Amino acid sequence: MNTVAVKHWIWRDTLGVYLREAGFQFWGLVRMPGFALPTLLFPTMFYVFFGLVFAKGGDRQVATYMLATYGTFGIMAPALFGFGVGVAMEREHGILALKRVAPMPPMAYLFAKAAMAMLFALIIVLLLFVLGAAFGGVALPRSEWWLLAVTLVAGTLPFCALGLAVGVRVGGQASAALINLIYLPMSFLSGLWVPLQFFPHWLQELAKVFPAYHLGQIALGIVHQDGGDFLAHLIYLLIFTAVCLGFAQHGWRRIQDR
Amino acid sequence: MPDKHVTRTTIAALKGVSKCYGQVTAVDCMNLEIRRGEVLALLGPNGAGKTTSVNLLLGLAWPTSGAVELFGLPPRKVAARRRIGAMLQDAQFGGHARVGEIIALYSGYYLKPLALAETLRLAGLEDLEGRPAVKLSGGQKQRLMFALAVCGDPELLFLDEPTVGLDVESRRAFWNSIRALKQAGRSIVLTTHYLEEADALADRIVVIGRGRVIAAGTPAEIKQSVARRHIRCITRLKAAQVCMLPGVSGVLQDGARLDIVAARPESVLFEMLKLDPALHDLEVTGARLEEAFLALTNNHREEQAA
Repeated sequence: MNTVAVKHWIWRDTLGVYLREAGFQFWGLVRMPGFALPTLLFPTMFYVFFGLVFAKGGDRQVATYMLATYGTFGIMAPALFGFGVGVAMEREHGILALKRVAPMPPMAYLFAKAAMAMLFALIIVLLLFVLGAAFGGVALPRSEWWLLAVTLVAGTLPFCALGLAVGVRVGGQASAALINLIYLPMSFLSGLWVPLQFFPHWLQELAKVFPAYHLGQIALGIVHQDGGDFLAHLIYLLIFTAVCLGFAQHGWRRIQDR
Repeated sequence: MPDKHVTRTTIAALKGVSKCYGQVTAVDCMNLEIRRGEVLALLGPNGAGKTTSVNLLLGLAWPTSGAVELFGLPPRKVAARRRIGAMLQDAQFGGHARVGEIIALYSGYYLKPLALAETLRLAGLEDLEGRPAVKLSGGQKQRLMFALAVCGDPELLFLDEPTVGLDVESRRAFWNSIRALKQAGRSIVLTTHYLEEADALADRIVVIGRGRVIAAGTPAEIKQSVARRHIRCITRLKAAQVCMLPGVSGVLQDGARLDIVAARPESVLFEMLKLDPALHDLEVTGARLEEAFLALTNNHREEQAA
């Protein structure tokens, strides 16, 4: 006879699964130079060029403005690529099927991916903060540094949802192309690279379609640049996230049944 | 050959399950039982519905109609999945994660996993613990997948075409691992289109063709159910002439020899010797499993066409 199972599955085992999954994802991303380097380098490089070097005579106003917008630009990448390309690749390679056969709670997988997006977002935000404070003369009350950091890290969530909606539908190679097509034009058209007031009026209006615009406006509001109505931006982002999750769930159901 | 481990307890079953993809019926009203302790081989040509059957049992595909049970539960319940392990076709790790890390991650999903060293030993990966998955050879990747299937010490293992693409030596080593698991009382479902493999490993073979169970039984029973013998000899009789004899199901002229297929070679030979007493170089051989299998799937096709 087999020994009767005396060990029972308890919450600590579930917690362990979540943490191991997150750790596994972390090392996977760190060891993939194609992910870690561009996501950390691009926003910091752009910020150094456009926010610090080209800003006339170390204009503190510009450096502060661009800290908010390049921060928004930066935190989108790990969410969009981690979910969009990561899920698509793992689905294509049969890893997702393997995980579904193994007794892994599906939420552990999503949690790990979201945690990684937020962790990388935090690293990007801290890099930009250091650069801005050291070389751009950015000076904010401590509470606003904190608020900006929390907002930008939490702000990854709508883009996680968008990435997931893409990743559950599109193949591995196509998803990388599609995410780039979403990420770069949306960043530009949302005024994250060049302030919107330099745009023609109709483009300023178009920007309101994009979630990146709304997160950027919230971030700008925190650093006392004109950000508009905080609540309206927040509501837009919540609705956007819900819609993306709806699409993602529909796609997820389809891949459940091979 | 009865085995002390095999019992009559059903631990997994397809009950009148059909699975359609659009117009295509991949699995057609299939009934299948897996008994505790047995090695069950699902045997059939490519596209017969073996993998779909396994996917249905694993909860990776949902039945269009019928019911699937895994330890008395729907297969998508975590409680059921904690008791199984699976090796899927064409799953592969492409990333930089190391062999040991991947196994540790999957072990953690289970209640009572094997120790890492034990899993590595079972899968023959002792020397590769620190190697990134992306740098493994084809056979080593296959062994990693096997390690993930056994790491949770599951009661029931699904192995979907586990030895495809392995060289002869690796395949033999793999067979030994499967036999060892069986000796340890594990139940195993194995899909294969290598007939030799089913014959060598299985307690029971279920032959599948076009999404249906065509035949089921021990390897010996399967072979017997399509008893066919070959008679090879040199004779002055013409192929067309032999073809007319009762009990002959096929004749082939092979150089100077005739190759005659018959269910009961004795009566055919008796007739032939009456017609040609000078018949010589006689040889009678039994059918191999491969032929039995082909005969089964062909008969089935003819029945369907009729």
